[in-house]
Amino acid sequence: MAVTVSPERDVVATPIQRAFREALYAGAIALGLFVLFIGLRTDQNINNELILVQRWGLLALVVLAVVVGRFLYVAYAVPGLERSRAERAKAPAVAVEPGFVRRNFNKIGATVLILYPVAMVLLFGFQGSLKWVDNFGIQILIYVMLAWGLNIVIGLAGLLDLGYVAFYAVGAYAYALLGTHFGLSFWILLPAAGAMAAFWGVMLGFPVLRLRGDYLAIVTLAFGEIIRLVLINWREVTNGSAGISGIPKVSFFGLMSFNVSDPNYIAKVLGIAQSGAYYKIFLYYLILALCFLTAFVTIRLRRLPVGRAWEALREDEIACRSLGINTTTTKLTAFATGAMFGGFAGSFFAARQGFVSPESFVFLESAIILAIVVLGGMGSLGGIAVAALVMIGGTEILRELGFLKVVFGPDFTPELYRMLLFGVAMVIVMLWKPRGFVGSREPTAFLKERKAVSGSFTKEGHG
Amino acid sequence: MNAQVSMNDFILQVEHLSMKFGGLIAIGDLSFQAKRGEITALIGPNGAGKTTVFNCITGFYKPSEGMITLSRRDGSNYLLERLPNHEIPARAKVARTFQNIRLFSGMTLLENLLVAQHNKLMKASGYTFLGLFGFSSYRQASAESIDLAKHWLEKANLVDRADDPAGDLPYGAQRRLEIARAMCTGPELLCLDEPAAGLNPKESASLNELLMDIKDNTGTSILLIEHDMSVVMQISDHVVVLEYGRKISDGSPQSVRTDPRVIAAYLGVDDEEVEEVLTEVGDEDVIEQLDTGPDAAHGPGSSASMMAGPVSDTVEHADEGERVMVSRGASKAAQVDAKAKTPRKSSERATGKPAAKSSTAKPRGGRK
Repeated sequence: MAVTVSPERDVVATPIQRAFREALYAGAIALGLFVLFIGLRTDQNINNELILVQRWGLLALVVLAVVVGRFLYVAYAVPGLERSRAERAKAPAVAVEPGFVRRNFNKIGATVLILYPVAMVLLFGFQGSLKWVDNFGIQILIYVMLAWGLNIVIGLAGLLDLGYVAFYAVGAYAYALLGTHFGLSFWILLPAAGAMAAFWGVMLGFPVLRLRGDYLAIVTLAFGEIIRLVLINWREVTNGSAGISGIPKVSFFGLMSFNVSDPNYIAKVLGIAQSGAYYKIFLYYLILALCFLTAFVTIRLRRLPVGRAWEALREDEIACRSLGINTTTTKLTAFATGAMFGGFAGSFFAARQGFVSPESFVFLESAIILAIVVLGGMGSLGGIAVAALVMIGGTEILRELGFLKVVFGPDFTPELYRMLLFGVAMVIVMLWKPRGFVGSREPTAFLKERKAVSGSFTKEGHG
Repeated sequence: MNAQVSMNDFILQVEHLSMKFGGLIAIGDLSFQAKRGEITALIGPNGAGKTTVFNCITGFYKPSEGMITLSRRDGSNYLLERLPNHEIPARAKVARTFQNIRLFSGMTLLENLLVAQHNKLMKASGYTFLGLFGFSSYRQASAESIDLAKHWLEKANLVDRADDPAGDLPYGAQRRLEIARAMCTGPELLCLDEPAAGLNPKESASLNELLMDIKDNTGTSILLIEHDMSVVMQISDHVVVLEYGRKISDGSPQSVRTDPRVIAAYLGVDDEEVEEVLTEVGDEDVIEQLDTGPDAAHGPGSSASMMAGPVSDTVEHADEGERVMVSRGASKAAQVDAKAKTPRKSSERATGKPAAKSSTAKPRGGRK
């Protein structure tokens, strides 16, 4: 790739000849680059002396790999790609009918999600399914919900919010404090937490209405940090960085409880064997229901005037004002709605963990949620769900890769490479699909046929 | 509809409007009226402050001084300079388009027109809550809004592309869509900022048709800024000419077209003629004033910008060859004006209120 060939020579040389030549160049460059990095290594010997270890064999292997790789790439991969591209160009421009999976993506996705715990229980038994339902299922769905909530603010209204985790924290602490002090049920506190987060969304919204773009991002980031620092320092209420533990579990709508000691413990009521898996499976369906609620509300809102106003705001704020749209309330509703779903997710998180502390609400969480939204494609629910699956599921699955120890030695812990892989994955996806997995936008209304709007026309918003 | 009291004949009355940006006077004491059901054109050379007038009328700027009154058909009056930006389209029913097209490019044509009906739909959807639960009242309103959008897409000849993104349209079609979008807000006054800019003659003709159609069939009054004289002269009923933020002419297209001040503003005056004009102006009053006051002519007059205070200052002070060169950048229209008036020798000129002078002295100026 690095070697550019002038066009005249390009015509003369056959691919094989050219590949051979380029392979030699690449090998020479690799040798020059790696001779000091790989060929020599400094180390300490037993007397604490600095010694030079020579690794010519390894260097030869690397250089050889580069030579062979370059040869294969130029001789076979490039002509192959060109041929297939030419064929595609020659073929009549028939609109490709999307495949079965793509057409019914939402239905298939929902079905898989509903059947997932059942399948896990059948495969691994109650005890074995715990990990798959809790670590994977619930964890991913929490992020799906958070990302869908943030999608309203960023994807639809185009307001870059870097402090979204603050609303997650508000929801979590609202449930944790009110639940432990007043013993209120989850089912009362869930809407209360949402309302409180929405209130803080409006509180954040008011001062930042005038800001746009980078400035808005910085202020929201500061807001997220303020909330976290208040949680750490307001010890009388939040118990500081020690956090709040003993948060009550969610009950089955008050009918059955998941505490073994309670008289209405689910196993006693239903007359089945005791297991911790019931609670996890119940929580899975609970967060799934919350996710469906978020998706339903988002889809509905997009077809309502307020949702269209959000998108119009993202496209052009001045034009919005010229059409009589009150941009102030429109922005505030976007902040409040997004924050509300963050609050729901937060109270669910507190109920699931049974423990909250400020450590769960660091900036990195905001960044991960934002990364999921961007990776999935701003505004698209399906793309964001897939991105959450890849990002969160991918990092969780690293824990399962014990067999890599055989390859890389017993000290190798794949979890430590989480952020590295995260970054590499993001760079690759952004190169391959700059607008995220789903870059196109579904119109909210149509006269004759619903045509997806290409990502090149939509704007990202400017504040 | 013009059979009402004379007050309601005018949809828009701009009185003594001034807009200053720091020391820069973009509009100075501008007064004009737009009649209901007519097309009023606002013309003038580049930098004359036409778009600034529009921004004041549509609330994007708060004017420094003056009053803008909009009278709606039902008799209610709105002082536009006091309304918040977004309430001008919503309550006073003034819609506008932009010189550089501002469409929602990532949304389809239909969606663009639906966004324009935001306030109506917002009410119908019970401020989102009824609509969220799928009440039938919203569904009906939504169907009606789509019908209205379709109506305007047909008028703008864009109905075939209703489901394409607005950013995909050719330039002329984007202009028409922007007008259709403004019309979907149900305006009583439609402000168009250079609707024919960048259009070829054929597109320009179809734009004229669309505007005439709007005027005849909806009763919407139109205020437009335009450089394309074929559009202005063909469709407008009334023309207001601005130069350096001041009104230099006001009347029917025919009268404006032959007005020497307008011709001077657009084409300039010959150098010799300028000299002639200015020597004529240099009468005793001015020379007297020049002796006592500081020499202002060399300052702002040479900058050829709107910084140049009241333009007549520079004209009046110049009484010799050297000064003539300096003031050439300033208002050509004022020179003609001055030339026409020299025999009358108005004493109010010395008071330094040039705008007051122009509104009293002008034969076809202002109010009727």
